[in-house]
Amino acid sequence: MSEVTYLQAISDGLREEMRADERVLCLGEDIGEFGGAFKVTDGFLEEFGERRVMDTPLAESGIVGTAIGAAVVGMRPVCEMQFADFIACGFDQLVNVAGKMHYRQGLAVPMTVRLPSGGGFSGGPFHSQNPEAWFMHAPGIKVVAPATAEDAKGLLIAAIRDPNPVCFLDHKHLYRRVKGEVADGTYETPMTARVARPGEDLVVIAYGAMVHTALEATEDLGGARVEVLDLRSLVPLDEAAILDSVRRCSKVVVLDEANRTCAAGAEVASLIAEHGFEDLDGPVVRLSTPDVPIPFSPPLEQAILPSVDRVKEACNELLAY
Amino acid sequence: MATSIARPAATTPRAVASDRTVASDHLNRDDRVALLRFMLLMRGLEERAGSLYRQGKVPGSFYDGFGQEAVSTGAAFAMAAEDRLCVLHRDLAAHLVRGVAPARVLGQYMGRAGGVTGGRDGNVHFGDRTIGCVGMVSMLPDMMLVATGMAMAFRLRGERRCALTWMGDGSSSRGDWHEAMNWAGVQRLPVVFVLENNQYAYSTPLEKQFAVRLVHRAKSYGFPGVIVDGNDVEAVFEATRAARERALRGDGPTLIEAETMRMHGHAAHDDMRYVPAELLERWRARDPIDLQSARVAELGVDVEELRAAVADEVDRATEAALAMPMPEPDTATDGVFCEGEPEPLGDGAQPWSGFHV
Repeated sequence: MSEVTYLQAISDGLREEMRADERVLCLGEDIGEFGGAFKVTDGFLEEFGERRVMDTPLAESGIVGTAIGAAVVGMRPVCEMQFADFIACGFDQLVNVAGKMHYRQGLAVPMTVRLPSGGGFSGGPFHSQNPEAWFMHAPGIKVVAPATAEDAKGLLIAAIRDPNPVCFLDHKHLYRRVKGEVADGTYETPMTARVARPGEDLVVIAYGAMVHTALEATEDLGGARVEVLDLRSLVPLDEAAILDSVRRCSKVVVLDEANRTCAAGAEVASLIAEHGFEDLDGPVVRLSTPDVPIPFSPPLEQAILPSVDRVKEACNELLAY
Repeated sequence: MATSIARPAATTPRAVASDRTVASDHLNRDDRVALLRFMLLMRGLEERAGSLYRQGKVPGSFYDGFGQEAVSTGAAFAMAAEDRLCVLHRDLAAHLVRGVAPARVLGQYMGRAGGVTGGRDGNVHFGDRTIGCVGMVSMLPDMMLVATGMAMAFRLRGERRCALTWMGDGSSSRGDWHEAMNWAGVQRLPVVFVLENNQYAYSTPLEKQFAVRLVHRAKSYGFPGVIVDGNDVEAVFEATRAARERALRGDGPTLIEAETMRMHGHAAHDDMRYVPAELLERWRARDPIDLQSARVAELGVDVEELRAAVADEVDRATEAALAMPMPEPDTATDGVFCEGEPEPLGDGAQPWSGFHV
């Protein structure tokens, strides 16, 4: 065990899986010589060589499309989008080629697409997005979003070993802000939810960076025992864990950093409305980013991203319901 | 060679003079007959599928490659078992060359459980993974990148193998065409791109699709482009064989532009009023099956007997396909995800005698 940052945990997971499995290769823009925009692959080129740590042309559809080709002939490619936002340029390959391949012709596409996502530091409209819902809506693609260093490493390894295309959402705002004890060697974190803090008066359901926002906001709410459920995986969605929390807590805040409409939290709220209705002691409350592009200037950005204060306020209102 | 930048008007078929000359030194008598047989089988199956469509037995629409049989036959015939193919919708013969049973093709058109995708997808949107083929998606030319990625893996693992994909003239306008050509060129990958220039993308003629002839683009990506008579199956074979050899030598990709003509509409509903009648007439006189039949007849082969044998095979396949059940409705949600260990692509048939010596 050692204490490492979320970023280092991702890097360690990738490096150790590459050592353990020669089928794993990385491809992306500026990931070789430069070590990646966020340095996830720092030192990889020296250790694994330019064919397994491939600096690609600036071509996101190319990165995803060639990874599919490599995957169907037996490799385990890990694509890095420099920022999650750029997956829009590879959307067609991921959704139409990779996502539908196994259903159509029984051909597995074991590949991982790393999506450095999220806002909070003036990245502006094209370096701050949370695109997970795009892929939740597309059959055949798994979507995971770790909140801790331990899960970042374990979920990345699980994604690489999964026989399907997996979108792995690294949250940029957690890279150096979050640290944790991480086991040495390789291990897999299951694609299921995790109770980040148990409670019984209210549950905040979140994933990624919002898990930390939820924990901070509910640390001291006048003695209320607030549970925080970290989804960790959005596809598959751990429906049993969600409904279990609802049964225990009866009041629910669903927290998303993504734009509101059809977000992951909307799916969670819908699940609870359909299958957890009898257990509720109040309306399901949703907090999310309104349906606007993420603005650049700090006061504008902070005005729209869910904050600790907004979560506190929403929880207090619901507790008083 | 003069490579002036001329606007690409609809291609006129090439002169007939060289038709019966031997286009490849690598084909023996059996090979040349086999090429004809695969083309006959493709046409026979597509004609039958068209009848089944008109009888209401093929759901959705129906697309065929009538007149383009030489392009998929010749190119697939030049590939080895361990090579991998991403096959386009007018390239049925590629599947036949690799070893897909004709009954499974007709079952595929009819959405039967015994079709290649078991009813999950229609038309020639299929690939039998056990014989090294990946089925296309409708977004063109997405498979160029997939083939490029296969080639990337082959080179990474130090394997002497090649990937091949077909694409149409219309698909050259999309970004993936550029991304694949550039990527393959930068990394000098063992991949063969067979551009099936059939004069029209749905109703859009070449001159509305690009300003510079496509084959000339290859040079700007750093690798050769060659033009081949797409209605001459032996010429397509030879161009592909040479491109494959080049790829295996480590010299990188090749773009082969096969000039041909889509003799039917984009799909069954399309009456092709936008195609001048005289253009069709000129290409009809250059039918790829007639050309190869004449060559094979000169070898002393009874072509009528071969046609009859293929017709029998199509009849038997039709019977078998019609006997296949429809898929069970309660299986519609199965198989979205792979559970367990993935099985990568397997090897296909390698019909060319050159692989056996």
